[in-house]
Amino acid sequence: MGYWATLRMERGAKEKNHQLYKPYTNGIIAKDPTSLEEEIKEIRRSGSTKALDNTPEFELSDIFYFCRKGMETIMDDEVTKRFSAEELESWNLLSRTNYNFQYISLRLTVLWGLGVLIRYCFLLPLRIALAFTGISLLVVGTTMVGYLPNGRFKEFLSKHVHLMCYRICVRALTAIITYHDRKNRPKNGGICVANHTSPIDVIILASDGYYAMVGQVHGGLMGVIQRAVVKACPHVWFERSEVKDRHLVAKRLTEHVRDKSKLPILIFPEGTCINNTSVMMFKKGSFEIGATVYPVAIKYDPQFGDAFWNSSKYGMVTYLLRMMTSWAIVCSVWYLPPMTRETDEDAVQFANRVKSAIARQGGLVDLLWDGGLKREKVKDTFKEEQQKLYSKMIVGNHEDRSRS
Amino acid sequence: MGSCSSHAASIPDWDDIRRETGFSQASLVRLHHRFRALDCNKKGYLCRMDLQQIGALAVNPLGDRIIDSFFPDGSHSVDFRGFVRILAHFRPVEDEGTGIRDPKEPEPLNSRMNKLRFAFQLYDLDRDGKISRHEMLQVLRLMVGAQVTEEQLESIADRTVQEADEDGDGAVSFLEFAKTLEKMNVEQKMSIRILK
Repeated sequence: MGYWATLRMERGAKEKNHQLYKPYTNGIIAKDPTSLEEEIKEIRRSGSTKALDNTPEFELSDIFYFCRKGMETIMDDEVTKRFSAEELESWNLLSRTNYNFQYISLRLTVLWGLGVLIRYCFLLPLRIALAFTGISLLVVGTTMVGYLPNGRFKEFLSKHVHLMCYRICVRALTAIITYHDRKNRPKNGGICVANHTSPIDVIILASDGYYAMVGQVHGGLMGVIQRAVVKACPHVWFERSEVKDRHLVAKRLTEHVRDKSKLPILIFPEGTCINNTSVMMFKKGSFEIGATVYPVAIKYDPQFGDAFWNSSKYGMVTYLLRMMTSWAIVCSVWYLPPMTRETDEDAVQFANRVKSAIARQGGLVDLLWDGGLKREKVKDTFKEEQQKLYSKMIVGNHEDRSRS
Repeated sequence: MGSCSSHAASIPDWDDIRRETGFSQASLVRLHHRFRALDCNKKGYLCRMDLQQIGALAVNPLGDRIIDSFFPDGSHSVDFRGFVRILAHFRPVEDEGTGIRDPKEPEPLNSRMNKLRFAFQLYDLDRDGKISRHEMLQVLRLMVGAQVTEEQLESIADRTVQEADEDGDGAVSFLEFAKTLEKMNVEQKMSIRILK
């Protein structure tokens, strides 16, 4: 039905002689993948008739390279487009995912209106009721289990209370999840890492497995939930001040995984929500601990509802309302085989290896950029590399040159 | 109804912009979408910080100079028209025979001279129409960072200014600059092709 709607819109647009904006997936400009050295040599060659030898020198035309590269990034860069919602090829009858929304035909508008009615008046109240039930059961259930003495029975009950409540929450969002390779599910004493698109990732993973959560202590409703669940099983909650101390965080996590009876930890190493078209740099902290890593790839199907949380655009409540008024949330979860750090690789290389495996399985673009670029500026060390490369071209490798 | 739409008619001066820059309708819509993606607080214009957020631009040694070119005359904001006007310098030159252009029409923004002028003002820090030895040094310093000693840089700057300077005033004017690069395939090196 989505295809029909799009076709209708395109036909309508042609009738009115508008140019419909076609969403792009590959980038908007043509780029040549040549290196700095090659390009500058090319520029110099085209500008002078004298034979080009390899003596280092400077030409006025060298600036063209940096100038053009800079302009290319202004027109299109790999990172900025990861922090806004993905664009779809065909329309799914949600006005929020269509940038070209304009009145096309009566039939389409009626269909859309019907969709709104169903989503807001029928599905939404149902879902809110379910969510309410799920959360209150979780809080009450875990508090009650917390009163029991530690032992097998408490563990058993805690596990089932958690699972049941998360499954109710999954129904509340109408999330249709397909799990692949469940034999690779994380085991005790390990760390589960996954790519991060929204807070719903937690619910999706936790409804299929029993994990120890890691996170910051929040206030409000989140805080109430956090305080309740930690009574039933040992989750790892950090105070705001402790989060800054990386060694403290690493110590607590290491202690947790060393105890083989403790649950696998769930961590999202990107550190921020990405729009599910790519995987960004994994922070190396979780990979330094030395436990077995169980990678998980989560890919949402954008046809039914965009799950990406753009935290600079929407607050948590607005986001949840948007989720509950979409048609459904369809996603696939792949449990990848466990990985451990090899003896000759460091934490960063290990993190990149895990990241590539996740990106490959989920069909996402593997990027080296840091997700923190959403909020901060990039470090100067990358600029120095460019400067080093260029200096070599104009003065050589710090050799002494006698000039006439 | 009525979510954000990059509908062409909602941008003022759409036709003026098209005529001035020479971009096609499709390209302009794309660039407008890009403009809105960069404008993080939905202000309707871009400030320096919006451009500084682009990671790949921040690692470009001349990133700051390029950003400055969007804010001429000390302004602090650039609207969509100004944004596209700068980008128009990099529009590829179509193969039209020379001399067909109507001499009464202003020179198109992506002409060879205008592309050279754009590169010239990246060097010309105080916009006085001349690249002095001091300005050359500063720009060179941006491009090499801390990798090169002061003496080496000075000798390079001296040599470059000497070779290009014809009237002996110790600085490179725009005409001298253009003359030095007369054999350069500027049209191709300073062009970015927008995919359809």
